[in-house]
Amino acid sequence: MSAAVTTPARAASGRTASIVSALRRSGWTLSLLGILAVLVAITKAIQPTFGAAGIQGLAISVMPLALASVAQAIAVISRGIDLSVGSMMALTSVVSASLMEDRGEGFAVAVVIGVLVLGLVLGAINGTLIVVTRVPDIVVTLAMLFVWAGCALLVMETPGGASAQWLRGLTLGPLVNEWIPKAAVVMLLVVAIVWIPIRRSRLGLSMYAIGSDPLAAFRSGVSVGRTKILAYALTGLFSAFGGLSLTATTGIATPVPGPYTLMSVAAVVLGGVSLSGGRGGVFGPIVAVVILSLLRTIMTFLNVNTNLATVVQGGILVGVVMVGSLIQLRRKRG
Amino acid sequence: MTATTTDYLLHARDISKHYGAVVALRSASLAVRPGEVHALMGANGAGKSTLVKILTGAVRPDGGTITVRGKERTAHSPAEARRGGLVSVYQEPALIPDLDILSNLRLTETPIEPFRHWLEELGLPGLDLSAMARTLPLASLRVIDLARALAIEPDVLMLDEMTAALPANLTERVLEVLNGMRGGDKSVIFISHRMTEIGSVCDRATVLREGETVGVVDVDEHSAERIVELMLGEAVDQQEALAERHVVAPEQRKHAPRVSVRGVALHPRLRDVSFDLYEGEVLGVVALEGQGQDELFDVLSGWERPEAGEIYVNGQPVAFRHPADAIRAGLVYVPADRAEALLMQRSVKENIALPFSSRVPRWGWIRKRKEHETVTNSIEKLQIDTRAQGEVRRLSGGNQQKVTIARWVASGVETLLCFDPTRGIDIRTKNQIYVLLRELADSGAAILLYTSELSEIPLVCDRAVVIFGGEVVGEVDARHADEPTLLKAAHNIGTEKEAAEVVTETSTVPVGEEADGEEASQ
Repeated sequence: MSAAVTTPARAASGRTASIVSALRRSGWTLSLLGILAVLVAITKAIQPTFGAAGIQGLAISVMPLALASVAQAIAVISRGIDLSVGSMMALTSVVSASLMEDRGEGFAVAVVIGVLVLGLVLGAINGTLIVVTRVPDIVVTLAMLFVWAGCALLVMETPGGASAQWLRGLTLGPLVNEWIPKAAVVMLLVVAIVWIPIRRSRLGLSMYAIGSDPLAAFRSGVSVGRTKILAYALTGLFSAFGGLSLTATTGIATPVPGPYTLMSVAAVVLGGVSLSGGRGGVFGPIVAVVILSLLRTIMTFLNVNTNLATVVQGGILVGVVMVGSLIQLRRKRG
Repeated sequence: MTATTTDYLLHARDISKHYGAVVALRSASLAVRPGEVHALMGANGAGKSTLVKILTGAVRPDGGTITVRGKERTAHSPAEARRGGLVSVYQEPALIPDLDILSNLRLTETPIEPFRHWLEELGLPGLDLSAMARTLPLASLRVIDLARALAIEPDVLMLDEMTAALPANLTERVLEVLNGMRGGDKSVIFISHRMTEIGSVCDRATVLREGETVGVVDVDEHSAERIVELMLGEAVDQQEALAERHVVAPEQRKHAPRVSVRGVALHPRLRDVSFDLYEGEVLGVVALEGQGQDELFDVLSGWERPEAGEIYVNGQPVAFRHPADAIRAGLVYVPADRAEALLMQRSVKENIALPFSSRVPRWGWIRKRKEHETVTNSIEKLQIDTRAQGEVRRLSGGNQQKVTIARWVASGVETLLCFDPTRGIDIRTKNQIYVLLRELADSGAAILLYTSELSEIPLVCDRAVVIFGGEVVGEVDARHADEPTLLKAAHNIGTEKEAAEVVTETSTVPVGEEADGEEASQ
């Protein structure tokens, strides 16, 4: 409630100021990148053979979860949460794999586009249910988790199907240089091409706005319901990208959802997105996914018991988030 | 009134709105001419805000017609109303906290240059547009919100309690801007509880009572009483009663002070404040926004620890680490924002009982009957409207504020710290709160009162300290101070002669024996 009314900043120092504030705003992502660098160094130290091939493997294994956490981040930024991300990934994956099995490479292009549209529709259904019924997001998407998972099993009861070769080729192998994994480049391109234009549009602003303060957004002329539906549709779209990446990286599809939903929430939190909405971006969560995965790798190299590794992973998650909020608290006071 | 609908810029007729069984608007009408600043008046719950929300498309009416420039129009969303030239600025700024100002402007498609122009006019030049809205003080946000609305040149601008808790200097600028709009082809609908503001900028006033338009008054120097009469529906002389009872002079300075503050400082704005608060008095704090009064109340209520200085309660030095410490020492806090103090989803009873249930810790059982008695007593004493007592959030703002005071009355309050307790509250409830504060003081409580509305000071306070730039710059005999004098004092200006009449430099006297000569009183 304190208020100094005369807070004029020197308008002249605009550019430097905006660079500084941009740096400060992405401070969390930058420190995550720092942590990542340290982890890579540790990995290299304990496993000198970790090289280009290791990075390849890491990129491929990380791809589905990274896309899932981008999907989740979009829902969370708009003050929602989507517990059906994993199920939507499973459904889109089995649909793509079953349609591509024994079909031509060209047909697969149509399948990929169709599956992406399917993701948009699934997400839009989630969003519409939330907006129309006014049931809390977490309840609706929990219900839809079962609906989409059931649909996936209806499409395919056991793992199977196939992926088009060009789709597999998009994720396997290096690009230009053996140190640059194709999977990572494709994933970043997809996210950048879809997300950045939206982020900079009025829709992106509206999504941050309804996440930050729905009432103020409404009064500013934002259509809160429509924005929410679109945000969930985007979540569905990125879940479909995630589903396609599962098909592409494994060559088949599995109807049972992987651990992607809860892991994506963890990555979103670690990635600096506020669970109360309105803050954060999608690149932080991607870095967070790599960190979480690299931690597992390190512990595997160290021969840590897998169950214990899970405990450690959770502990580190809590620790990092705690340190983060302490830093924020201190900044607010200082 | 011979004017036809087409002469009005905005004409709303027989608007009604029900929420379930509750009637928010029965039959409200409002006709605004081009170029006028039109006041919309009414006690809390009269339906002003509902009417504004209907006009701006935030709420749909059940009945009635709205015409803008002769054409019938009903907006279905704020965005639609905005396109139709109707824009509203609310008490709570409609800025997105997690977006910077520039993004906020983009969100509402506001042109930047006119925005900057209005910002300058309103007294906030050179604002950094890349600042996050969350990091700016509330008063600045309100001004930004207003500048944003002005920048799109709406036909009808609605200001709903926009000036509440705005510091005097900014309020001045806002009123100047509104005055400048008079006589043009746009109009302003102005909602405020402050009669002086109405008098200084408004041409006419429409008065609502219980969801109905009960009169339209041409504003002149005699209209204030007429407006109040219409608002209340009955002649109310509570204010006079208050003034009469005010003769009670608590010259009980022989007693040691209840609370002594010596050289207290807290970053960023509180630098060096000393004063004494005696039992049986209401001590006013006169200050413009942001002179350190926020920090002072934070320190006294145990929210923050001071960086320097001492506080004595009944002569004993105290150091609060937590609000609970302050409450144990008998210092309780009534904030301006009711939401800070109340459990909005719990009942009136529970809210009132909360502090004294925590007073008997480790005694296991809370004696329900005793609790009930105490609560009922204080509800009656404060005349809280308990029709919606199941959940506090359903009460009107005024009644919520009464609950925050009632809880301390119920627990036998000794020292009350009131920070702008009547912010955004209608005049009837305000009067009740004034009377209540006086009664509490007369029965021995010590009350420290900061208010953003200077006219309250002579009405309620015995003395007032003037804080400027984080320091006490003077003391005023509140009973004989008028608003201009207080305003000057708050700005730390005034001729020396005037200053000699009303402002006596504070002479800080040592507290009892403990504080012998250690404080530097300047």
